[in-house]
Amino acid sequence: MTGIDFTWLIGGPQGSGVESGANIFSRVCAEMGYQVFGKREFYSNIKGEHSYFAVRVSDTQIHSNLNDVTLMSSFDAETIFRHFDEIIPGGGIIYDSDLEDISTDTVHTLDSPFKERLHQKLESLGKPFTIKSVLEIASDNGVKLYPVSFKSILETLSKETDNPRLKGLVRMYNVISVSLSLGLVKMPPDSLQTAIENIFSKKPEIAKLNQTTSTYSYNYATAKFENFEHQLTGIEKQPNTILVQGFQGTALGKMACGCRLQPYYPITPASDESVFLESNQNLEIFEDEPGSTTVIQTEDEISAIGMTIGSALTGTRSATCTSGPGFALMTEMLGWAGINEVPIVITNYQRSGPSTGLPTRHGQDDLLFSVYAGHGDFPKIVYASGDVEESFYDTGNVFNYADIFQVPVIHLMDKFIASSVVTCKRFDSEKITVNRGKLIEKATENYRRFEFTEDGVSPRSRLGLDDGIFWNTGDESDETGHITEDPVLRIKMMDKRMSRLDLILKEIPDDEKAISFGESEYTIISWGSSKGPIIDAIKKLKDEGISIGFIQIKLLHPFPTEYVKSLIKNSKYIIDIEANHSGQLGKLFKQNVLRDIDYSILKYTGRSMTSSEVYDALKKIIQNKANKREVLSHGA
Amino acid sequence: MALKLADYKTNVHNDWCPGCGDFGIVNAIQMALAEMGVQRDKTVIFSGIGCSGKTSHFINTYGVHTLHGRVLTFAQGAKIANPELTVVAVGGDGDGLGIGAGHFVAAGRRNINMTYIVFDNGVYGLTKGQASPTLKLGEKTKSLPTPNTNYNVNPIGLAVTSGFTFVARGYSYDVRHLKDLIVQAVNHNGLSFLDVLQPCPTYNDINTRDWYAGSDLMEESQKRHSRIYKLEDTDYDPVVHNSTEDEINQKISQSLTKSLEWGDKIPTGVFYKNDSISPYSERLVGNVSNYLENPPAKQKISKNGISNTDISKILDSLKV
Repeated sequence: MTGIDFTWLIGGPQGSGVESGANIFSRVCAEMGYQVFGKREFYSNIKGEHSYFAVRVSDTQIHSNLNDVTLMSSFDAETIFRHFDEIIPGGGIIYDSDLEDISTDTVHTLDSPFKERLHQKLESLGKPFTIKSVLEIASDNGVKLYPVSFKSILETLSKETDNPRLKGLVRMYNVISVSLSLGLVKMPPDSLQTAIENIFSKKPEIAKLNQTTSTYSYNYATAKFENFEHQLTGIEKQPNTILVQGFQGTALGKMACGCRLQPYYPITPASDESVFLESNQNLEIFEDEPGSTTVIQTEDEISAIGMTIGSALTGTRSATCTSGPGFALMTEMLGWAGINEVPIVITNYQRSGPSTGLPTRHGQDDLLFSVYAGHGDFPKIVYASGDVEESFYDTGNVFNYADIFQVPVIHLMDKFIASSVVTCKRFDSEKITVNRGKLIEKATENYRRFEFTEDGVSPRSRLGLDDGIFWNTGDESDETGHITEDPVLRIKMMDKRMSRLDLILKEIPDDEKAISFGESEYTIISWGSSKGPIIDAIKKLKDEGISIGFIQIKLLHPFPTEYVKSLIKNSKYIIDIEANHSGQLGKLFKQNVLRDIDYSILKYTGRSMTSSEVYDALKKIIQNKANKREVLSHGA
Repeated sequence: MALKLADYKTNVHNDWCPGCGDFGIVNAIQMALAEMGVQRDKTVIFSGIGCSGKTSHFINTYGVHTLHGRVLTFAQGAKIANPELTVVAVGGDGDGLGIGAGHFVAAGRRNINMTYIVFDNGVYGLTKGQASPTLKLGEKTKSLPTPNTNYNVNPIGLAVTSGFTFVARGYSYDVRHLKDLIVQAVNHNGLSFLDVLQPCPTYNDINTRDWYAGSDLMEESQKRHSRIYKLEDTDYDPVVHNSTEDEINQKISQSLTKSLEWGDKIPTGVFYKNDSISPYSERLVGNVSNYLENPPAKQKISKNGISNTDISKILDSLKV
């Protein structure tokens, strides 16, 4: 069996329905049994700038995108200018034939650095700066072109259905694009109709209009387009599959594990998670009255974490969700949670920094910042999930860690995960255990919140508990929580809190600290969402007989030095792969494991890694042709 | 057994300066709590940073001494999670109206059922007397190298226009009156604000206890002439009775005008009270009908150590 590995790309101006087009395509493919891995790229902009969605479809498990695009469907000129050279020989471009004469100068959203690079390329080939030129280049490269006038499709359809409104309805272009594509690859048409019905279930009239348009476009493609060698006709469905958006993993995890209050301040790419929580704030509880998640939009991130802490003090599982700039604002409060031993979870969907950086783009930029966040020494946990499915179960775990060890937990996620759409196994909330640690239901006589105990963790009361009165302060305190500046007590209190770091390393099971995907002469260390591209790249190398090890480190602080050491005993070369400039995990690794990184593969364009470029870089390393620092750059 | 005033006091050593106006405020809070007979373990005092920040350690209820400017954020989070709690937040004027001014305004918009007391003395005491937001432009208290270059914040006016629904001013040397105001503030169903004039004997040599008492005006009148007077002794009516837009606007305007009075006559008492604005909890009930019966802090989240939340409907909608 030759495996199916197909990448579809749709692009257009922000606000033109690229995302809903991609949702329809992804859903159809998933419904027809395929594994789907889609990612969205967009500017910091509401309307007009170029956004695109690349959906990879396969008959086996996939964890990343590739460089290669099999079929591009474009209804605007910019998408063609930016992506024409990504389509493989034998692949196709469906495009609006009315665009052929457009030149780069009339596309105002093409920024000058990009335009200069494109112009140089076209000049060297002696071609004018038009759509026609770049399509010629693609065609010369073996790409099949499928021109179609989107305008005339709407005109014909408008006449046939006696619906004059339809004629100028350019926001149907996305559905036309999807339907033409699905027609071209011979996807059974019923699945398309079902998907549209599903997506527009709350707006039946719009659903109907879309269905009419899609049927017409689908039939147009099957009748007029020829000679496309790639087909997606459906395969056997895997049971228990869901099609999930990246931010839904932590959101559903929070619902399941009992997070009942989440304040947040709007920030890309984190807000989607809070909005999803709020949209589903009324919760069904097995054998009990309904529960709820209270989601509060605050005035800033400082307030968000302040409310989170206040809520956590009442015994409520509480979290906030933010991105780098917001997390930066929270750090003073993080120390307060640390010294007062308050269990909170901060979900950080990282993006490219520094400062505002690339606000809608990917980056694993906040690892070292998270490890060192806050002034003074206090215990905390930094934990990173590698994909959506992991993030659901990890969310349950990090709330347990917070409760058991009475520390703030920073759960690192990122933009790559947040704006991906993937198929995965249905989440199983029965696997979410709830361990509240030493949270007490009844206070003993002379209760002291910060009592010295053998394991360094004190029984935890909550605001409102009968006879459980305690005091908190950001100052150093005695066992009751009143201010002290006594030097002897200071040592005892600092030692008590900081002993938590050893306890964490002792109590957290190894398989929650790091995951080994095998060890070899060359072994990769990485964290977070770089996992997906790495897994797909090393699988491809393995198919070629090259074995490369991979250790995904999930507990990043306190660093599980001994366990990581044990996983790389036989590795001769350590390769660090991550999406930031300085190789932050590499530094942390070196500091803790006392071993140098031999090669770094880094990406900081703000675009997520593809497995193709990771594969290429790894291959160079194996062939001894690589620099110590390989920088990846694929992606518009 | 009924609790006595002494039950609301801790034995923590109080290290405020002799003669500090803060003593009157903490006494008034303890007296108010005793008078209302609030349950100690259902009450939380949140405090900010500075001299006033230590208040929570002197009161024998739950006490949360937070961060500079952030006291309202902690307090609101706790009250939303557990609406059963009686929540009182305290802090200095630098804390609430300088570094914390954003939270002050946002809190007003929410109108959560709790009380915020600002210890208003015009200086940053604990850092040795810098100008705070309520110090008037051009004034030079004794440790300032040069006169204050900033215009002052009007705490009463800011509170009224931000949405606080009970706004009053007390004076720390009139403890009984202040206690009465605290009782009213805590009993108010919504966010209540108390601006408490509080002489700092160490760093504010302008608005001293003698100045508030009108000692400097004695020569002319030959008798004691306190600057402080009570609104309730006048025909001023702070209450919104009919909750028509016109009436609310009129009461807001009146309180703003009154808040500008300063100098030889300084009003204390209730400036504004509006019961017709929904408290935040009511707004939450609009979205979650059983929020008050089953708030975040009361919810059972597991059974036998396993999640008890049924997310299957959401998962079904994602199913392919």
